[in-house]
Amino acid sequence: MVDTTATPADAETEARHAVPTQMSPDALHTMAEAENRFLRRFRRHRLAVIGVAAMALFALLAILAPFVTFHDPNGIDLTVMRQAPSAAHVLGTDPLGRDVWTRLVYGTRVSLAVGLVAVSIYVTIGVVLGGLAGYFGGRVDMLLSRFTDVMMCFPSFMLIVTVAVILPPNIFNVMVIIGLFGWTGIMRYVRAQFLSLREQEFVLAARCVGVSSGRIVFRHILPNAIAPVVVAATMGLAGAIMTESALSFLGLGVQEPMSSWGSMLQDAMSLPILQTMPWLWLPSAVAIAITTLSVNFVGDALRDALDPHMSLG
Amino acid sequence: MTRYIIRRLVIAVPVLWGIITLTFIMSEIMPGDYVDALVPPNLRLEMGVDEAQLQRLRESYGLDKPVIVRYGIWLRELILHGNLGYSFITGQPALQEMAQVLPATLQLSVVTILFSLVVGTSLGIISAIKQYSVLDHLLTLQAFVWISTPGFVFAIIALYLFSLKLPLFPTGGRAPLDGPDNIFVRLHYLALPALVLGFEGLAGHMRYARASLLEALGADYVRTARAKGLPERSVYLGHAFRNSLLPVITHVGLSLPGIIGGSFIIETIFVWPGMGKLGMESIFMRNQPMIMAMNLIGSSMVLFANLLADITYAWADPRIRYD
Repeated sequence: MVDTTATPADAETEARHAVPTQMSPDALHTMAEAENRFLRRFRRHRLAVIGVAAMALFALLAILAPFVTFHDPNGIDLTVMRQAPSAAHVLGTDPLGRDVWTRLVYGTRVSLAVGLVAVSIYVTIGVVLGGLAGYFGGRVDMLLSRFTDVMMCFPSFMLIVTVAVILPPNIFNVMVIIGLFGWTGIMRYVRAQFLSLREQEFVLAARCVGVSSGRIVFRHILPNAIAPVVVAATMGLAGAIMTESALSFLGLGVQEPMSSWGSMLQDAMSLPILQTMPWLWLPSAVAIAITTLSVNFVGDALRDALDPHMSLG
Repeated sequence: MTRYIIRRLVIAVPVLWGIITLTFIMSEIMPGDYVDALVPPNLRLEMGVDEAQLQRLRESYGLDKPVIVRYGIWLRELILHGNLGYSFITGQPALQEMAQVLPATLQLSVVTILFSLVVGTSLGIISAIKQYSVLDHLLTLQAFVWISTPGFVFAIIALYLFSLKLPLFPTGGRAPLDGPDNIFVRLHYLALPALVLGFEGLAGHMRYARASLLEALGADYVRTARAKGLPERSVYLGHAFRNSLLPVITHVGLSLPGIIGGSFIIETIFVWPGMGKLGMESIFMRNQPMIMAMNLIGSSMVLFANLLADITYAWADPRIRYD
């Protein structure tokens, strides 16, 4: 920051330093408790490290897809339909003779892209609506909060499927639909944070010295409300990936020939395939589970590190 | 207490109105209307129906009226007669259609909720009492696995392992099409979907019970109880459990809508003839009135469950009433 004009900036800096940190004082803990905390952190950390590594691996696979696969993801070859894994096709081939490993790797792109975009959409909606409601309060808050209450009541998966049926199924609509219905939790949280933060001394101090509303919101309140939003967004990423796979599984998401983990699982709905050709569905089932598991590990560790009050133990 | 309940009810009214209105708006946005369902656009020529006849049909159903008038009629029918419209497919009242499949869903979800509640809460209690032990870590890890695996993936794997590889359970349905039908056969059909759903719900109850018991164990009154020399057993049973399991009761209240709503994908995979499967079929058949009725009933259930949970909680914990 190069803004060194006069008193407002000084007051702002002062005010920022006055922000109470949310860490509990370690000094109060006895030896045994400290050891327990260490053990817990260590375990959490280890799982989170594994999670980060797995996420990085999936991201790398997604980016480097053309270099780690040896077939065309949409290359139909009816001479090698439903073949078991072999040297030429590491994970076998699907009913159209396409290479399962290749489609799995390209499916990573879909899952990660949909997850990231959908979560970005709903974090934006949640933060904006929550910020508006919390900062202005009064009638604005009343209206936005009741609207959020209404949205929270609808069973979200049913709503998502309903809208997915109306809109043409493609990857962009899937991103938008998932993004449109996930924001309520974040909105509520950001609103509560804004409501309590706007009354605190450092915000009052900033206001007294004439700092503009926009600056108060973006420099003083938002940074203090953002940590749990990051946690919620991480957990939301896992949820969005699961929802995308469920939609594609139902045929409402990403369409052929584009591959998605969910649509690869559709094959498993036929009992003979389920029973005799596990290579067709097992890899994508495992991929979905590992991805969401690692994202959840990371989210949980973030929650522990960023906001001990939110921890579920 | 009465004032608290009244205040909650007053807030719930505009939310209910919002749910009803949003449902109406969604059904307006959805393509096609009742006449399109009676005379599918691609069959108009074959059925010998011309534009004028379509117009008369729309008039006779009141579909030509302005949106605001139809909204009024819709509200009146809903509130005065509990009329949620008629299924496009069967022509039956939507509510009646839902009532027919309700028993199947109730049967599945009551078993599911009991399973996940009892097992989940017990595991949470064990996990909290043995905090940071190997057992606690293992239990937490398995909870993560259930939370992270989408239900349909879990269902497919369960089908593969326990219906196909080891033919222990039937692959779907509620009862055999022919053959004996008694409670044991029914339970046999119920087991796999109920277990899949039960494990899905288990992790939530477990983490909730664990966190809330840990909080109670750290409270002053537990320290006092220990300090005055009560045996551990009494500390847990008399002091910690009673207070910590209150929020768990609330959590059960919140899972109430799921009991009625069923599970869309799991019911579809296991061909369980309940609300979830009906909802899924309605969505795929573009059976608009059914979809809207289910959305409306489902969201009202959530609203009602939230209300019930809030009130129960306030009744159980007097501190809540004076916020």
